[in-house]
Amino acid sequence: MNSIIEQVVSGLRERLGDAVEDVREFRDDVIVVLSRDAIVDAATWLRDHEEVPFPLCEDVFGIDAYSRKQRFEVNYHFYSVTKKVRIHLKVRVEEDDAVVPSITAVYPGAGWYERETWDMIGVRFSGHPDLRRAYMPEDYEYHPLRKDYPLMGVPGSIPLPKRG
Amino acid sequence: MGLESALGEGYLTTKLDALVGWARKNSLWPMPMGLSCCAIELMSAGDPRHDISRYGMEVMRFSPRQSDVMIVAGTVTYKMAHVVRKIYDQMAEPRWVIAMGACASSGGMFRSYSVVQGIDQFLPVDVFTAGCPPRPENLFNALIELQKKVEKSSVLDYRDRKEPIIIS
Amino acid sequence: MSEHTKTADDFFDTPLPTTNLPPKEQRSQLLQALLDMDPDISFDDPLENDMVLNMGPSHPATHGVLRILLRLDGETIVSAMPELGYLHRGYEKIAENETYHEFITHTDRLDYLQPLHNNVAYILAVEKLLGIEAPVRAQYIRTMLSELARISSHLVGFGVMAMDVGAMTLLLWCFREREKIHDIFDLVVGARFTTSFTRIGGIAQDITDEGLAAIRAFIDQFPERQQEGERLLNRNRIFFDRCRNTGVISAEDALAIGLTGPNLRGSGVAMDLRRDNPYMIYDQLDFDVITETEGDSLARYYVRLAEMKESVKIIYQCLDKLPQGAVHAREPKKVLPRKERIYTRMEELIHDFMIVNFGVNPPEGEVYHAVESAKGQLGFHIVSRGEGHPWRLKIRSPSFCNLQALPQMLKGHLLSDILAVLGSLDPVMGEADK
Repeated sequence: MNSIIEQVVSGLRERLGDAVEDVREFRDDVIVVLSRDAIVDAATWLRDHEEVPFPLCEDVFGIDAYSRKQRFEVNYHFYSVTKKVRIHLKVRVEEDDAVVPSITAVYPGAGWYERETWDMIGVRFSGHPDLRRAYMPEDYEYHPLRKDYPLMGVPGSIPLPKRG
Repeated sequence: MGLESALGEGYLTTKLDALVGWARKNSLWPMPMGLSCCAIELMSAGDPRHDISRYGMEVMRFSPRQSDVMIVAGTVTYKMAHVVRKIYDQMAEPRWVIAMGACASSGGMFRSYSVVQGIDQFLPVDVFTAGCPPRPENLFNALIELQKKVEKSSVLDYRDRKEPIIIS
Repeated sequence: MSEHTKTADDFFDTPLPTTNLPPKEQRSQLLQALLDMDPDISFDDPLENDMVLNMGPSHPATHGVLRILLRLDGETIVSAMPELGYLHRGYEKIAENETYHEFITHTDRLDYLQPLHNNVAYILAVEKLLGIEAPVRAQYIRTMLSELARISSHLVGFGVMAMDVGAMTLLLWCFREREKIHDIFDLVVGARFTTSFTRIGGIAQDITDEGLAAIRAFIDQFPERQQEGERLLNRNRIFFDRCRNTGVISAEDALAIGLTGPNLRGSGVAMDLRRDNPYMIYDQLDFDVITETEGDSLARYYVRLAEMKESVKIIYQCLDKLPQGAVHAREPKKVLPRKERIYTRMEELIHDFMIVNFGVNPPEGEVYHAVESAKGQLGFHIVSRGEGHPWRLKIRSPSFCNLQALPQMLKGHLLSDILAVLGSLDPVMGEADK
């Protein structure tokens, strides 16, 4: 692990305590698994970090882990422009309670990513100012990137104009 | 010929179908329905090297009311299908449709929940063009084949119910 | 008084019909003024409400199928809301159903102005997951060709932006240059437009001397051609006035909203992944990171122009340094064997069968790799569960994030400024909608 990232991760641990559930490293990518309620705190702390600020929220997206008890995961990528390092955060939620606090107040740029996550995976973001679907029609019922959704979709779920 | 020599210079007898067909064929104004990658090749078709104007159909009009042939260039999603159809409905008859590329013809490589598997599900298509995307030359081939079809079509019933042309 | 010199008062002689009028307190200012025949009244907004205008999804200046909903006060934009999804093709779902090799073809169509760059970005993420690296020669070829792709993408951005603000000639000139790049791809890759050139652990085939000569011939003449275009535009008053001070975004705002690439550098943030997190061979190359400080459309335009020059510089260095050697990594279980060996050797035949039918078997884990594409930061996040296809593949597409800044940039501008701002953002909908 890169020494800068190590410092950030230990800072996160100190700040959030038990909310840091796990720290994983694979091929130099460090993923910090957090409990759901700590995400806004963590994002604010990362953005305002004195030595290694992370001003850029690169991505927010959901993963459908399907077989696991906590079915949905939401990943966050933050990038430090000055120190040129990247950190990944991850929170897990259960299907019945798929709501994650929105980080749009901290990173306005996360707004559209969260909309995309809601559209594709079906995780809601509480406190999001404009949580509409990003891609699919607004009245669409399904969330396409869930594993129980078929690749070819549900026939007839989006009407086509008549041939005429 | 008999009648023409009797009437003198400046007269020509021909079938109305032939005359109108000839006129229509040489003044097809395309409506470039550029949706995705094929739109870039459609733009390439208009560039100095390929020069679409050689065929008398370079007058790209983004207003459907001024155009005769809609070139559907790219992947049509379910969300976009309604827009494509609305634009087609706004075109004045006679009107023709070219499905440019694999996506418009059949959904192409995108077998997924959001892509319409062929625009013939909601539009009457006259020419299907293969390629992903088709090279500009292949688009010209489609345009020339369409010109041939237009030339032969009847004035009263321009849309003959024959099978569409498939350019492979 | 003759027929032709009637004044407005004469027309008002006939009283307005008074039936069906709303009661006096509910009448609009305009209606009351008409009834009072008051010619001196002035209004802030004659309709007393904002106008909502729909732009797109089929509009010549929206670069594809972007739809923007605009709230206008007269001609001034009060708010703008882009709506996406008209080209949503479900890439991420498709990726979950295909092997790693099969998905290379799909990456072409992501940002279809620079297919080769997407191939490279994707394959680097897969190689990171597998823990292998392509040989140096392959890296050089990838770098060289992706810089060519960057030029071809910037050329369209350059030409289309010029066309949108009224300079049609430039688009044709840019496409003339693009055709030359397409010719090179035709020669080197085998396809002019959708390249699918990279393979896991290498590239589809080695580059020939003829291909190298063609690249050198192209970049020898390109700076001069670019100069021609610049001469047409850079001192053009109309272009200048339309682009300067439109769509201004400060460095802090740009970072907060998630801009990357030339759009971010136009606001003065020197972030370039080629230099910051060097991948392939960028750490051995000498090039500058271009920044402008104004953050307006013109600044973003200048960044793109200068980046094309940097790309030419990079390609020259690659051509000069290009080493000899293999273009495929020696990883028989992960890299597709050569066709001629498949037909003659048992071992390779088995590997080919396994890779094609079941895919390479990566370890379990999550990786993220990002490259600096012509539009910004293009990243692929792969979640692997050890199968031949990804469990989840997330494409971090720069155009999606760049478009997010549009409402902020358009606010308070005139309707016609949309073209200059959108042209300078240079979004590609294939990538923004995925």
